[in-house]
Amino acid sequence: MQAHSCTVRKHRSFFYQPVSRAIQVATVLCAALLLAACGSNVNLAEDVPVTDRTAVPVQQIGVAPDPAAAGAAAGAVDQRAVTPVQAGTTAIGQPPAHLARLVFFDFDEYTVRPEFVPLLEGHARFLAADRQRRVALEGHTDERGGREYNLALGQKRAEAVRRSLALMGVQDAQMEAVSFGEEKPANAGSDEAAHSQNRRVELVYR
Amino acid sequence: MHQSPFQTPLSPLPALTRRRFHAWAALGGAGLGLGVWGSAQAQFRVEVTGVGLQQIPFAIAPFRLSPDLPQDVPAIVRANLERSGQLRALPGGSAVLDETARPDLAPWRAAGVDALITGSAMRLADGRFDVRFRLWDVVRAQDLGGLSFPVPASDLRLAAHRLSDYVFERLTGVPGVFATRIAYVSRHNERHHLWVADADGENAQTALASGEPIISPAWSPNGQQLAYVSFEARRPVIYTHEVATGRRRLLAGFRGSNSAPAWSPDGRRLLATLTFGGASQIFAIDAAGGGQPQRITQTSGIETEPAFTPDGRQVYFVSDRGGSPQIYRMSPSGADVVRVTFEGNYNISPAVSPDGRWLAYVSRIGGAFRVCVMELANGRITPLTDTSADESPSFAPNSRLILYATQVQGRETLMTTTLDGRIKTRLANLPGGIREPDWGPFQR
Repeated sequence: MQAHSCTVRKHRSFFYQPVSRAIQVATVLCAALLLAACGSNVNLAEDVPVTDRTAVPVQQIGVAPDPAAAGAAAGAVDQRAVTPVQAGTTAIGQPPAHLARLVFFDFDEYTVRPEFVPLLEGHARFLAADRQRRVALEGHTDERGGREYNLALGQKRAEAVRRSLALMGVQDAQMEAVSFGEEKPANAGSDEAAHSQNRRVELVYR
Repeated sequence: MHQSPFQTPLSPLPALTRRRFHAWAALGGAGLGLGVWGSAQAQFRVEVTGVGLQQIPFAIAPFRLSPDLPQDVPAIVRANLERSGQLRALPGGSAVLDETARPDLAPWRAAGVDALITGSAMRLADGRFDVRFRLWDVVRAQDLGGLSFPVPASDLRLAAHRLSDYVFERLTGVPGVFATRIAYVSRHNERHHLWVADADGENAQTALASGEPIISPAWSPNGQQLAYVSFEARRPVIYTHEVATGRRRLLAGFRGSNSAPAWSPDGRRLLATLTFGGASQIFAIDAAGGGQPQRITQTSGIETEPAFTPDGRQVYFVSDRGGSPQIYRMSPSGADVVRVTFEGNYNISPAVSPDGRWLAYVSRIGGAFRVCVMELANGRITPLTDTSADESPSFAPNSRLILYATQVQGRETLMTTTLDGRIKTRLANLPGGIREPDWGPFQR
């Protein structure tokens, strides 16, 4: 059993979390074929009958002592092997009490409806009260359409909320607009009632 | 022929001379005899067949088999070849014929068999198994050669796939893709898994398990890494992940959303969608890490889903600059933008075939999302499915099949289709939803 961190920090924004604590769950280093080392594709001589098994070169089978060593030695890893990894998780912070955290959107719409302005103003005051507070604006879409395109549409909604909050005086460094696209529906149904609950931005404090 | 390090060509049987194999021209028969086989848990099954197909009739004679053989190698080969839609299995008789046999081909010819496979899978003294076969052109009474695969039990499926690749290429002139791999994502009880499976859907192994969604897996050109989008950080970030070792690296974890990774054909960089300035725009990122992403597109709208052409000289992508999502083409530096799709108001998820001739994408047609293919030389468009929730098309490395996700009777599933839409297979019997497939490249 071995665990190691594979995180490469590419970018230091305060939002960045070292999320990639990729924990190698298994050391499934199967009898790694020393592919490079085993003199392959030896032609049987034309006159050797195919039943002569001694004519087939015996391949070496190497068993790597441990995964790290195997990874270090190029070619020592069975390239068809699959080593499972368990992804980490990210904690979320405390939201303000007595304030809803959901902003809903009309179909194919990416502007904040007037009815949600008071809610956003409440969040703006909460964020202004403590400049250390951080909020993620998580955009979502309904399930119709492609996953990547919906991710971009969810981003558009999150961005609309970010702009609204900015106009209300929230500092840019306190907000991050991100998208989940259609991946995390609030309602798993497929009718319009479900869809209307899924077209939303969630304000999530970190 | 994609030669494996562990395969050895068999010499021809002595009395026959090796002659050049001629194309199987004008093979007759509108065969529609594709059946359902096997009892395997999760295997692509042929679901739809078209009419008037030209299928090569073949038979696999009973192999000489070690009694303790843990995989039914001939059955895997038969299932592979039938699944291609280009070959049709006929009964293989009851007499054991191994690769040393010189069968009397007349009765096979009389039974309508054009190609006969003989062989064996016997235990070696060192505990491995030696899978051997020989392919016969029944019509011309020709020995088309064979191979020997001395493999550990764990590689018997791979040997069967390589055997299938050899037969398929000799009979059709097209490289087989049976030994390639696919990746896809499953969601079951709020658990998300990234899987790597054989091209027949079997032998699926977990590459990543997560409590948050995973989308857009993309094989690196050498078939050793996957790039994908993970939401484990409560925002989409892009990892590259070496499948064999489980070693992975955060490629793009920039502020905002990071998505839609696409490898350049040389594997040295990726294009991806980032949201630095608020809008979703396409950037180039060094695959080795380091350096700032370079912005490729310059709009205030949505630019996403980049896909390189196999020569690396053009990039197809999706943009809403015309008011609705459409597919465009540009140079890898973002120059010379040309709109590619004009029919309908929703065209997304472009994928270019490895031979550069075809563009697969998803189009909304009358409210249904369907995989279409465009012949790039003339712009001719063919919708390939009659389903309504198609997603994520990707090409087999021989450019002959498209793998995609869809829903059948409300259940998520993966399907393959030929480029004329006539033959489809479906990956069935997996629990929960399966989606986001990507077909990997040829591998040695």
